[in-house]
Amino acid sequence: MLKFLIRRISVMIFTALVLTFVVFFLTNLPPNLEKLARSEGSVRMTDDAVASWIVENGHGGPLLGRYAEWLGLAPGWTLTDEKGVTRGRCIDVYAEAGSAPTFCGILQGNWGISTFAKEPVGDVLGRSLGATGWLMFWVMMVMVPASLVIGILSGMREGARTDRVLSVFSIASTATPEYVSGVILLAVFASVNAGLSPLLRDWGLLSDRTLFYGTATSAMDKITFWNFALPVMTIALYGIGYISRMTRASMTEVMTQQYIRTARLKGVRFRDVVLRHALRNALIAPFTVIMLQFPWLLNGVVITELLFNYKGFGWTLVQAAGNNDIDLLLGCSVVAVLVVLITQLISDIGYVFLNPRIRLA
Amino acid sequence: MTDTPWDPSMPILEIDQLSISFFTRMREIPAVMDFSCKVMPGEAMGLVGESGCGKSTVALGVMRDLGKNGRITGGSIRFKGRELTTMTEEQLRQLRGSEIAMIYQEPMASLNPAMKIGAQLIEVPMIHQGMGRAEAMALARQIVEDVRLPDPDRILQAFPHQLSGGQQQRIVIAMALMSKPALLILDEPTTALDVTVEAGIVDLVKDLGRKYGTSMLFISHNLGLILDVCDRLCVMYSGEAVETGNVAQVFDKMRHPYTQALFRSIPLPTAHKTSRPLVAIPGNFPLPHERPNGCNFGPRCDYFAEGRCDQADVRMSALPEDDRHASRCLRWSEIDWDAPLAKVVTKEKAAIGEVVLKMEDLKKYYSVSSGSFGGGDEKVVKANETLTFEARAGETLAIVGESGCGKSTFAKVLMGLETATSGSIRLFDENVQSTPIQQRNTDTVSSVQMVFQNPFDTLNPSMTVGRQIIRALEIFKQGSSDAERHARMLELMDLVKLPRAFADRMPRQLSGGQKQRVGIARAFAGGAKVVVADEPVSALDVSVQAAVTDLLMDIQRENGTTLLFISHDLSIVRYLSDRVMVMYLGHVVEMGTTDQVFQPPYHPYTEALLSAVPIADTRVIRKRIVLEGDIPSAMNPPPGCPFQTRCRWKDQVPNGLCDREMPPVRQLQGAHQIKCHLSDEILAGMEPVIKLAGE
Repeated sequence: MLKFLIRRISVMIFTALVLTFVVFFLTNLPPNLEKLARSEGSVRMTDDAVASWIVENGHGGPLLGRYAEWLGLAPGWTLTDEKGVTRGRCIDVYAEAGSAPTFCGILQGNWGISTFAKEPVGDVLGRSLGATGWLMFWVMMVMVPASLVIGILSGMREGARTDRVLSVFSIASTATPEYVSGVILLAVFASVNAGLSPLLRDWGLLSDRTLFYGTATSAMDKITFWNFALPVMTIALYGIGYISRMTRASMTEVMTQQYIRTARLKGVRFRDVVLRHALRNALIAPFTVIMLQFPWLLNGVVITELLFNYKGFGWTLVQAAGNNDIDLLLGCSVVAVLVVLITQLISDIGYVFLNPRIRLA
Repeated sequence: MTDTPWDPSMPILEIDQLSISFFTRMREIPAVMDFSCKVMPGEAMGLVGESGCGKSTVALGVMRDLGKNGRITGGSIRFKGRELTTMTEEQLRQLRGSEIAMIYQEPMASLNPAMKIGAQLIEVPMIHQGMGRAEAMALARQIVEDVRLPDPDRILQAFPHQLSGGQQQRIVIAMALMSKPALLILDEPTTALDVTVEAGIVDLVKDLGRKYGTSMLFISHNLGLILDVCDRLCVMYSGEAVETGNVAQVFDKMRHPYTQALFRSIPLPTAHKTSRPLVAIPGNFPLPHERPNGCNFGPRCDYFAEGRCDQADVRMSALPEDDRHASRCLRWSEIDWDAPLAKVVTKEKAAIGEVVLKMEDLKKYYSVSSGSFGGGDEKVVKANETLTFEARAGETLAIVGESGCGKSTFAKVLMGLETATSGSIRLFDENVQSTPIQQRNTDTVSSVQMVFQNPFDTLNPSMTVGRQIIRALEIFKQGSSDAERHARMLELMDLVKLPRAFADRMPRQLSGGQKQRVGIARAFAGGAKVVVADEPVSALDVSVQAAVTDLLMDIQRENGTTLLFISHDLSIVRYLSDRVMVMYLGHVVEMGTTDQVFQPPYHPYTEALLSAVPIADTRVIRKRIVLEGDIPSAMNPPPGCPFQTRCRWKDQVPNGLCDREMPPVRQLQGAHQIKCHLSDEILAGMEPVIKLAGE
C-alpha cells in the first residue's frame, strides 16, 4: 500500500509539473506579456518600452528559468535600476530589499500577486476556494445520495415502471447543461414576473419579491436555503442524471449475475438481495464516476458561479483569464490539477475497499 | 390441485405433465413439454440430455425462478405434497434454501465476489431458522468441515476469489446443505472442474446425500456421472422426457431410440476407431420453434416409420415388466433392441509414415512479476519442462492432462505463437523452435494448423463461412485466381461434410458442430501436415462429438495428417489416439502407445486420472482413487517429483526420494516411458483400474 501511494504520488507530482508548465508556457507567450506590459505600464508605450518593461519586470530570459523561478527552484529575479532601487520577484512581495529571501516560488508558499485583485494570489485563491468548497459540499450532499437512490431503484427491476419513470427523469436532467438548467431554474423560481413567484405573491403566500434569490452573493457571508438552493440544484441536476444512469447500468448488470440468483434461491428477501448482495458490487463502477465528477464539477462551477454571481473559484478563474492575470491563472490551474489528481487517487484507493479482488501492490 | 398431507412414503417431488414456455415478442417458445417425474425420499434422480433439451429449465421451474419471460403453462409440481406452481412469492422464499437448495454449474459466478464466505454461508440459517450470528457461524464451520475443506476458519474469512475452483464448488455445496434441505438440485455441478477434482466432488455429494438423507435432482450431460451418482434417470430430448427408469434398466435395457443412439455415440471402452467406430446421431437438434410433427426425434431416428411417427404427439408409455420404466416411443415393443449395430463400418487404420515432428528437450518458461502493478519479485513459471518426443505422419498423438499442466503452452510453442526458452523443434527437418509465427514462411504456417476448442468464438461473426475459408486460402497462397479459390473452398466444404449452400451463411446461423467443421475446413485449407486439435470437441454435445471426431479421423486417414490431439477426456483419447502423452505441471509423466498407457503399469497420476473418468457402462468396474487436494500452482511447484503432494504411492519409495529428487525418465517395455521413482516390482504389481465385469 505504501509503495503504491509513493508511486502514485510521484506520478501525480510529475503530472502536475507538466500541466503547470503547459499553462505557464501559454500564459507567458510574448503577445500575452506585451498585453500585460501595456495594461500594467501604459497603453501608449512604444514597442521598445514594452520590450524593456518585460525585461525589467522579470518576464525576460529563458522560459524554463522563469518557470523554475515561479516554482521556487531558481532564485527570484532582481534588478537594480539606474536610481539604485533594487526590485525583484521576492522583494516585491516582502517589500524590504535587504531581508528578502532568494527563492520565492509556489514551493515557498509565494503564489505571486494578482494584478486584478491587487492582492497576493494565495489570499484570493484561499477565499474563493472556501466559497466553492461550500458549494461543492452541498452539491455532493444532494447529488450523491439522490443519484444512488435513483440508480438503484431503477436498476433493481429493469424495465419496470419505476425504472422507466426514473430513467426519463435522469436522461432529461443529464441532457440539460448547467447554463440551460440554471436559466430555467432562475426563470421559474427567482423571477419577479415569471414562474412561481408572481403566482405565490398573488395568492398571498409570499411576502418577498421572489421565492428564491436570483443571486448567491449573499451566500458568501451566510448560506441559507433561499440563496443557495438554486446554484446547488443547477450543478447537482446534471450530475444526478449522469451518476444515476451509471448506477442503474451497473445495478442492472449485477442483478443478472449468477450470485444474485444464488442469493434469491437461498431464500433471501428481495430487499436484502438488493441491499446486501447487489449494492456493494453495483457501487464499484459509480464510485469511480462520482470521483471523476469532482473535476467535472469545476466545469459546472464556472458557469453557475457566473450565473449566480457567487465569487468562488470558477468566478475567479474567469476573472483571471479575462484580465490577463498570469499569476492568478497559474494559481487556479495548480489548484485544478491538484483537485483532479487527488480525487483520482482517492478513487483508486476507495476502489480497493469496495472490490476485494483488486489488491494494490 | 389441492395440497395433500405428506408422509415420507410419498414422493418428495412429483412433477406431473409440466410445460414451461418462454415468451418473446415474436412467439411463444415451448422449452419443456409434458414432463413428468417423481423423486422419492433419499433417491437421486438424474436428468440427462444435450444442451437445449430443457433440463436446466426443469430445475429452474421447480425453483419457480424462470425470469421475466418464462412461465409455467401447464401441469403441476408438488413438493412434499404442496403445490409449487400456485405458491406466492413469500411462500416460495421460505422454501428456497431451506427445503430445496440448488448447486450451480459455475461456482465462481455463483458466489458473491464482495462477500466473505462465512457471511454468505450464515445467511441461510439466519433467514430460515432465525439463528443467531455466532451459532450460525459455528454451524457454518462444521459444514465446511463436512465438505472436507482444510482449515475452515481461514476459509470462512476468505473471499471467493481466494479459493480454487474445487474449493469454491465445495462452498456452494456447503451453502446448499446449511439448512439440511429435503431436495437438492444439482445443475451440472462438475462441468467446470477438472476430472480429478470432479471425482472428489462426486464422492462428496454421494456421501452427503447418504448422510443427510437428501433427495437429489442431478442434471448432467455426462451419462457416466449419472451412473455414478443416481438411482434413477430421465433422458430428455428437445423439451420432452423420452425415457425414464432406474439406472440399470435404462443403461442396459434402453427402450427409446434416442437413448440407444446416445450410448452408441459416446466413446465407451468397447468402442474402437477401426473395429467398432462411434455412430453419430445424424442431423441436428431441432430448434424449439421448428420441432417436427409427432415424435421430436423422428427425423433423426433409425426406426422412423412414416405415417405413424410423424402424426400425433407421442405420449409416455409405461413398460409393463419393469419398475417405473417408461418410454416415449410408439414402436418400443416392435424394435429388436438387442440387434447388433446394423451398419458397422470398419475402417482401415491409417498407415504410419516417417517422422514429421521432433521435439527435443523443449522448455518454455515464463517470468511473471508478483506485484499486480508491476514490480515485485520476478517468478519463473515453468510451463513446459524437457519435452522430448516425435510424431509421425498419419499418427494421432494425444496430449492429456488437467488444466494448468502446460498442454496449451506446448501447442502455442509449436504453432509459433510463443518461442521456446530452450530445446529444439524440428518440423520436416527444419528448425522452428525460435521462429515466431510472423517470421515463418507460408509453407510452414500452412502445414501446421490448429483446430480450436471453442468454435463459437473462433469464427469471425460478421463474415460468411465461405469467405472465411477463402481468406485462409488467400493467406496460404492457395489457388491462382478467385474462381479457383472459390472452387477449392467448396471442395473443403465437401471434405468436412457441410452442404455447399452453407458457404453463404453467417456463423451465427450454424450449430456448434457445424461451426467446428468450418474450423476444421479452415485448418486444412493449406493442406496442413500437422494439425493441433486443442480440445476440439469438448464444447460440443456428445452426439455431435462423435461426428466431429469421425470427421477428423477420416481426413487424417485420407491425407496422412499428423494429429496432435489435446484433451482432458480420456475416453475419447482412448478411442482415437495411437500414442498418448500424459502431462502434469509441465512434465511429461508418462508416454507410450494407447494400450501401454491405459494398462498397468501406470504412472500414479495416470492411474488416478483413469479412475476419475466416469464411464457410462454398467459392466465396468472401476477402482476409485480420489486425489487429495488441488493441483499445485505452476508458480510454486513442490520440490522433487511434481506429483508427490497428491501421490498415493509415495510411501512405497524409500528415503523420501520423491520429496527431494525429480524422477528420471525410465524406459519400460517398448517405447513406454514413465517419470517415477517407484521400483520395477511395484510397477509390475499394479492392478488395472478399469475392468469389465466377467473378465
